Amino acid sequence: MSLPKPLMRGLLGKRLRFHLPIAFGLSLVAAIAFKYGVTEPRKKAYADFYKQYDAVKEFNAMKEAGVFESVQPSGE
Amino acid sequence: MLKMMLQLIAGRVSSLVARRATLALTTSSARMASHAPDPEVTEAVDMSRPMYWDRLDTPLPDKLYKDELSAAEKSLKEKEKGPWSQLTNEEKIALYRLSFHQTYAEMNQPKSEWKTVVGGIFFFVGFTALVVWWQRVYVYPPRPRTFDDEWQAKQLQRMLDMRINPIEGFSSKWDYEKGQWK
Repeated sequence: MSLPKPLMRGLLGKRLRFHLPIAFGLSLVAAIAFKYGVTEPRKKAYADFYKQYDAVKEFNAMKEAGVFESVQPSGE
Repeated sequence: MLKMMLQLIAGRVSSLVARRATLALTTSSARMASHAPDPEVTEAVDMSRPMYWDRLDTPLPDKLYKDELSAAEKSLKEKEKGPWSQLTNEEKIALYRLSFHQTYAEMNQPKSEWKTVVGGIFFFVGFTALVVWWQRVYVYPPRPRTFDDEWQAKQLQRMLDMRINPIEGFSSKWDYEKGQWK
């Protein structure tokens, strides 16, 4: 019954050397995916919205719809 | 099964107790003997003493399974003190059975207990449904008017008028020129 002596040391180090690069890599991928999947489209959507935004026109439309308390629709 | 085991242990424990000459223990066993025997409940197990149990995570319980050995078993125990190569296989198994009640294979036998558990879960979930139904009929207040279809339609229109979330959300999905959803 002469089995080889099992590994007694360096177990945590071995695990970290394997898993930490993977963890960092996956985190980086997640961050990049979020940036280009969510934040960049959102910034673009806001930029595009305000490029063609006429505040006065929107205000008048809302006024006519009757959602304000301080200004009444032009009919009344 | 467990009750039988506990009774066995209690029987052994109380006989161990009777063997010791200390005053407190004999008076307690005398007290127990004077009670009328109750068919359901035997003497309480003394949990301050080491106990035996079959558990997957406890390979070596606090004490051996059999405390009182017959003469044959005692001689086997004496033989165990010598070289084990002189024990036959049957003797080895007998020694094992002296120390342990069930093997791991026997402990791991599949049981049907899960069916009872799942059945009980379903039963009580069903009962809860009946309780909720009764509450719906007898306890709940009248439905708020804000749930009516007409009110909901007016609410949606007001949200569009106020331009709720016009960039990426609600109002961004509405085409204001054509008056319809995009």
